[in-house]
Amino acid sequence: MSSVHVSTMINGDEVDFVCRPDESLLDVLRDRLGMTGSKEGCGTGDCGACSVTLDGRLVCSCLVLGAEAGGHEIETIEGMADGEDLHPLQQKFLDHAALQCGICTPGFLIAAKNLLENNPNPTETEVRYWLAGNLCRCTGYDKIVRAVMDAAKDMRKGHRNAA
Amino acid sequence: MPLDSENKTIVPTEFKTVGTRPVRPDGMDKVTGRARFGADMSAPGMLVGAILRSPHAHARIRKIDTSKAEALAGVKAVITSKDLKAQPGCDMDILVNVMARGKALYDGHAVAAVAAVDMSVARKALKLIEIDYKVLPHVTDVDEAMKPDAPVLHKHIEHDYHQDMLETADHVKGKNEKTLPPGKRPSNIAGRYQFGHGDPKKGFREADVIVEHEFKTEATHQGYIEPHACLANVSSDGWAELWVCTQGHFMVRDTCASLLGLDVSRLRVTASEIGGGFGGKTTVFIEPVALALSRKAGRPVKVVMSRDEVFRATGPTSSASMKVRIGAKRDGTFTAAEAILKYQGGAFPGSPVEMGAMTAFACYDLKDVKIVGYDVVTNRPKQAAYRAPGAPMSAFAVEGCVGELAEKLGMDAIDIRLKNAAKEGTVSSYGPTFGPVGLVETLEAAKKHKNYKVKLGKNQGRGVASGFWFNFAGQTCTTINLNIDGTLGLAVGTPDIGGSRASMCLMAAEELGIPYDQVRTIIADTSSLGYNDVTDGSRVTFASGLATIYATRDLKAKLCARAATIWGIPEEAVDWENGAARPAGANAGNFDPLTLADLAEQAAATGGPVAGHYEVNADGAGPSFATHVVDVEVDPETGATEVLRYLVVQDAGKAVHPSYVEGQFQGGAVQGIGWVLNEEYIYGEDGRLQNPGFLDYRIPVCSDVPMIDTVIVEVPNPGHPYGVRGVGETSIVPPLAAVANAVSAAMGVRATTLPMSPPKILAALNNKMRQAAD
Amino acid sequence: MLLVKLGGSLAGQAGGQTEFHVEGRNVIEMLRNLGELCPALKPVLEKGVTVSVDGRLQREATYHPLTPDNEIFLLPRMAGG
Repeated sequence: MSSVHVSTMINGDEVDFVCRPDESLLDVLRDRLGMTGSKEGCGTGDCGACSVTLDGRLVCSCLVLGAEAGGHEIETIEGMADGEDLHPLQQKFLDHAALQCGICTPGFLIAAKNLLENNPNPTETEVRYWLAGNLCRCTGYDKIVRAVMDAAKDMRKGHRNAA
Repeated sequence: MPLDSENKTIVPTEFKTVGTRPVRPDGMDKVTGRARFGADMSAPGMLVGAILRSPHAHARIRKIDTSKAEALAGVKAVITSKDLKAQPGCDMDILVNVMARGKALYDGHAVAAVAAVDMSVARKALKLIEIDYKVLPHVTDVDEAMKPDAPVLHKHIEHDYHQDMLETADHVKGKNEKTLPPGKRPSNIAGRYQFGHGDPKKGFREADVIVEHEFKTEATHQGYIEPHACLANVSSDGWAELWVCTQGHFMVRDTCASLLGLDVSRLRVTASEIGGGFGGKTTVFIEPVALALSRKAGRPVKVVMSRDEVFRATGPTSSASMKVRIGAKRDGTFTAAEAILKYQGGAFPGSPVEMGAMTAFACYDLKDVKIVGYDVVTNRPKQAAYRAPGAPMSAFAVEGCVGELAEKLGMDAIDIRLKNAAKEGTVSSYGPTFGPVGLVETLEAAKKHKNYKVKLGKNQGRGVASGFWFNFAGQTCTTINLNIDGTLGLAVGTPDIGGSRASMCLMAAEELGIPYDQVRTIIADTSSLGYNDVTDGSRVTFASGLATIYATRDLKAKLCARAATIWGIPEEAVDWENGAARPAGANAGNFDPLTLADLAEQAAATGGPVAGHYEVNADGAGPSFATHVVDVEVDPETGATEVLRYLVVQDAGKAVHPSYVEGQFQGGAVQGIGWVLNEEYIYGEDGRLQNPGFLDYRIPVCSDVPMIDTVIVEVPNPGHPYGVRGVGETSIVPPLAAVANAVSAAMGVRATTLPMSPPKILAALNNKMRQAAD
Repeated sequence: MLLVKLGGSLAGQAGGQTEFHVEGRNVIEMLRNLGELCPALKPVLEKGVTVSVDGRLQREATYHPLTPDNEIFLLPRMAGG
């Protein structure tokens, strides 16, 4: 199988890479581009640790081929903070102790950010169902849900203040 | 031993820093994706390792031909068990589990491995390895495996069934002396253990009510989200380095050195960030393979397990078959208790049945108690420790019977436990007498909690259960260094699996009277610090915390001596208070306090670098008890169970960082909810695991559970300078029983077989309806 | 003399005897003397036991001092998660 050349946009930067046609976007990110923030927990789309967005849509990067990323915009955990400024979700995860081992955290943050972009004022149930594709074995989810709800609240306030 | 006398400098009741909730020091890296876990490291010239695994549950390996794989372009090394020669004194069970020799003992057992330039080549190479298997009869069920005519895994394991026949044990029912002559014969029963005291026969005669049930639990996996991963680099001169996600990098170093015949000093192991362990990362699987591949290939080799491999070849915990009997007087006082516990530990001896036996009745003050445990081998992966190993299953059985006794006697579920609760001075069911323990406090707090007063609706039920775990201590070594600007570097040797670096910073800061973020805690590699036991047994906040406190006290004494030098007064005339050395009193002289920054600046002049150190084989870990209360609703149409509310009350001794203590409570509870409602290893008739993936092995997801309410009880542990007990494991002991009791109450049928998945619940409900109709 | 109590399985190994009086200034001496007094126990003791001294568990043999006032209990080897 000959490799393919792919041009894409990752976290706002133009990125070119070469990969085998059967290689997943997750493997490209981790092994070819050194972006190891996205994690492989299962490789079958069941755990959400590899969550990224593709043109704003939440996907498991282990289920997307690297070659499919051509011409699309990808956002990963590495692009979530604005320089030294954490995204409110990142800060709330820290404040609420919403991580223990931290392996699922990048996936949860990407998924939660995507939720709040689609629904700035989610109920607890909506948060729980949106995040049901992300597995966490440490926390029992309690503090994660609280962190997301709290971040949503602050972000809504922020929007009002900005307006 | 200075420890005893120092420990008597008793628990401070007022803390400044300990008990606060600062942001964890490793948090920033973990929310930005910069934290480096097991699979996140790479090395120049690195190869990828992959492992070939047996598709058979039990098979003789007649021949392995690796020649075609070796000839494939891009393959740099192929190994089999021949490349892992047994070294004198090495643990043969671990060696054989790492790579099968002679026989494959379970579906997923490693049989060969390759190192290649990339994963695509490595996978091709695995397919080119030819293995001639002779498939043998297999057994995966614990009760089946115990029978005298079961397929035997290991000829050297022998058992005398005659004793069991005298006791008319279930697994020899229908057998007689003619078919089973006395004497030892090859068997899957690797051990029979007995605990208890008094005379249960007498106790049962005194009982007004006796409850007895048989229970079964399935094996569950620790389910950490990070698969095992490591990067090995063995140089041609024999020096080796290993980067690995593990709960104990000193254990990895010593075990790998022993299995591979390396000098311990030649192997330096660095613990990566660890993406969950729960006991499953307290042993080695791929690490010796990666080292052997690297040694053979002469290049760094990274090995990362797939999720399929994690399920098939690591963990899980034991499945169990149990019988429990408890007798009580009309007023609820227990008169006697008996349990028979049969735990299968996979392909090798060592199921946690003894710990299941010791913890089974530990919550109760029993004069007459007997527990018999059997350790059984089966064609399943070698079980690994899973959070309070052995305890959740026996608690499920015992607490189920306690729940039914309460119903039969018309007593409140918490009151019957309070009536019989173990307390200070109780002779435990496993032998020793308890010191100060907090079971009664957890029961009282649970009874007062608002959740306990909520009125339940139709198809709803409430379950209560208590649980116990020993907590361990062990070998620990820490160093704290004063940096040039007055900040501190604290090196500990116990991997941080749930926020322990934050706790260490808090304890060092408390001792010195300085802000929390003036201390940085790192996990030192095996060449930088003395030996540390594995992060297991809920020991880290206790033992590394204790060593941190005493290392900091050692540092403080040295800092006071430096201040004395500067001031020209005796060392005894200097005190450390609020972050600075100060003259002890008016007579000592009138000097301005010297802070850490002042003393760091003058370190060179006063004798060089300043460091505190402490090493200990700690004891004095305080047992921890918990009580859980859960409400569920069972849907009679679908058999699905919804957890409505959940309360964890647990004795932490002292909560150093309360958020992470709560996190341990909540995480343990939800793992338990998974165990009781969904999770199970499902084996086909061919002995192959049917559900080695997160789609079919379903751990609880966010929408499966409610918020988990917590109450932290603090009954100080006199064995720790701040009163700390361990908290990590006790939290998974009660939930199986608590949820099963709630489900039983909701259904009106006793739940005795886990998991209580919808089909089982529907079957139980249908059975109940049929019986009512009859 | 120290009074050493054994859990059920260890007692089974010792022919049913649950209590032993042995000399010893510390855990290691106590275990050595117990092994000599009851040779049947020796293999188990050498494999490793957990020693409870006044309810405090030690997962390996140490020179931890012992006195006749201590409650000494021998338990099987233990590991945690």
